[in-house]
Amino acid sequence: MDLTLTESEAAFRDEARDWFAKNHPGETPRGDEKVEFEFRRSWQKTLHDGGWAGLSWPAEFGGRGASLIEQTLFNEEMGAADAPLPANVLGLVMGGPVVIAHGDEAQKERYLEPILSAEEIWCQGFSEPESGSDLASLKTRAVKSDGGWKITGQKVWTTYAHEAKWCMLLARTDQDAPKHQGITYFLLDMDQAEVEVRPLRQITGEAEFNEIFLEEAFVPDDNIVGEVGAGWSVAITTLMFERAGLGALAVVGLGRAYEELLKLIAERDVGSDPSVRERMAKLKIGLEAMRLGAMRTLTATMKTGIPGPEASLGKWEWAVLNQEMTDLATEILGVDGLKSDEEWTYRFLRSRANSIEGGTTEVLKNIVAERVLGLPRLR
Amino acid sequence: MNFDLTEDQREIKDVARQFLESRCKLDDVRKAADAGSYDEGLWKEICELGWPGIATPEADGGQGLGMVELATICEELGYACAPVPFMGSVIDSLVIAAGGSAEQRARWLPNLATGEVRGAAVMVDSAPWVAIDTEGATVVVTPDSNGVGRVGEASELEIVPLDLIDKTRSYGEVASTDGFGEELPPEHYQGVLKSQVALSAEMLGLAQRAMEMAVDYARDREQFGRPIGAYQAVSHRCAEMLYAVEETRSLVYYAAWCADAEPETLPLAAAMAKAQASEASWSVVSSSLQVHGGIGFTWEHDLQFLLKRARTDGRLLGTPKQERARVADLVGV
Repeated sequence: MDLTLTESEAAFRDEARDWFAKNHPGETPRGDEKVEFEFRRSWQKTLHDGGWAGLSWPAEFGGRGASLIEQTLFNEEMGAADAPLPANVLGLVMGGPVVIAHGDEAQKERYLEPILSAEEIWCQGFSEPESGSDLASLKTRAVKSDGGWKITGQKVWTTYAHEAKWCMLLARTDQDAPKHQGITYFLLDMDQAEVEVRPLRQITGEAEFNEIFLEEAFVPDDNIVGEVGAGWSVAITTLMFERAGLGALAVVGLGRAYEELLKLIAERDVGSDPSVRERMAKLKIGLEAMRLGAMRTLTATMKTGIPGPEASLGKWEWAVLNQEMTDLATEILGVDGLKSDEEWTYRFLRSRANSIEGGTTEVLKNIVAERVLGLPRLR
Repeated sequence: MNFDLTEDQREIKDVARQFLESRCKLDDVRKAADAGSYDEGLWKEICELGWPGIATPEADGGQGLGMVELATICEELGYACAPVPFMGSVIDSLVIAAGGSAEQRARWLPNLATGEVRGAAVMVDSAPWVAIDTEGATVVVTPDSNGVGRVGEASELEIVPLDLIDKTRSYGEVASTDGFGEELPPEHYQGVLKSQVALSAEMLGLAQRAMEMAVDYARDREQFGRPIGAYQAVSHRCAEMLYAVEETRSLVYYAAWCADAEPETLPLAAAMAKAQASEASWSVVSSSLQVHGGIGFTWEHDLQFLLKRARTDGRLLGTPKQERARVADLVGV
């Protein structure tokens, strides 16, 4: 056991730190979502020019071929530098890896470079109004037509749909097959009249997400990733991509928020309140447990390819910690913690989704119970 | 960066598990608890294996290994809920190694390492002063976070036996250490921090065992025509146990690593580990009892030994509340 960085790991970290110091784009403009998005698109170009986009992608596809530990270190530095996220997050984290793992040569040639440069933005069409946690029950239907498929249905919780050129879309191509087997993984061109995007306003007042309505939208045969009917396994294998790297980013984000909370406690002079001290100590312990758990996952994955039992906990821990942290902050703020224009109030409301998005805490508990502890399946 | 046991450390842990599985079944724990004494045969074998001196420097007659190795042994002893006077001797060794004079080290450490003498420990930070592993102890340390600790012959200290719920270990109460033994300078406290890590590792083992018992029971026990583990009210409870156990594992082994590699971070790491292990081991054993239902509440069921040991450990060497107060101080709240 040794938690210090090796020489080459430390060198990589220093290189990333140095690069962020020299290339940080400054404060992200707030208020106008379009302006903000273009800012992040241009930031991604800077990242790409520096050779940092597609960190985990093999070098032959324009990536950096970074190891898991290097991805983690990079994300830590990105968080520490308070650098914005690149615009094409879903393309980098899911779209590219899915094409690399399951796509054919023509698809690799066509799609990968514009993902890296943020020229073409990607979104993900998985969830439906009636298929949330039970994703495999999805109903969006693809019907064979000349040279391709016509797709009809509705998708929801789609980030960046209004900016996206390509949508990673799961649709049912075989109505009679068992529910996990009749699904196909399509790349849908969003730029057609048969695709309608409507913003979905959330309790924070903003619209990070969209609904997509498909009315016989066309996808050519060439735009199927993997085999027809194999979409579920394509989707599942790629949902796992870069989890470890993103975990590190989440840890850094929470760590920064904790520092801000310490400042708030000093400003409001509530540091002697025993309940505040108790909650801050519990939060610190939880943050450390999550940070260390991410390190364990990283070690296990690099050694054996299989993450340990703690790997299923990161997302769950993150939701618990972020909700508790913003709850404490807004409690300390009193009435200010109810004001619409207060940053902590925004975070407090936004964090309510943390235990739902990307796998509800209840589903995560099912996964732990069934796959880690070996308890009988629910059904 | 490598957050995992090395092959040697894993080997130590596996050997300890195998040895205790054959030599210390829960039936044996029950026999010792019923008799109100330690399992002397087991203790003799443990001493022959050199466990009490595993983290004692070689120059002092120990094996000269680190806190991570000691933590693996403590975890396995907790997993077995072994009725042996291990913890008291380990606390004494760690405290004397951290703050003892050359003479004190020479007098006590080699004998503690071989098990020739047994140690008891009394934390005098807050009343009442509870002594751990008093039965048969020759030496006692009375560490104090506020300054000067003490070390001396057990026969020179008035220890009143305490009947606590945990029958797998002997306890006593001490009213005063005035004039007792010899002084230990403030440096001895580093040994207390290490002892907290050792005790936290023991609680990790207790929690791991209680979780496994709950999961086994939830798989086997059927009600309403299916295993109770198929119900989310039960399975989610078990998932929450894993959450508690794995967070504890991360914090305990991190603190053990800090003790050897980054001593300056040990005060915070040990406080976090002790608070977490105390809280989590209790929540896991009590939750395991709930999964077991009525049978888990009976005297004949073995879960009670884990439950009572975890409850007691959580109160020794700093309560969760005290340790969280330390954490708050150290992070600057």
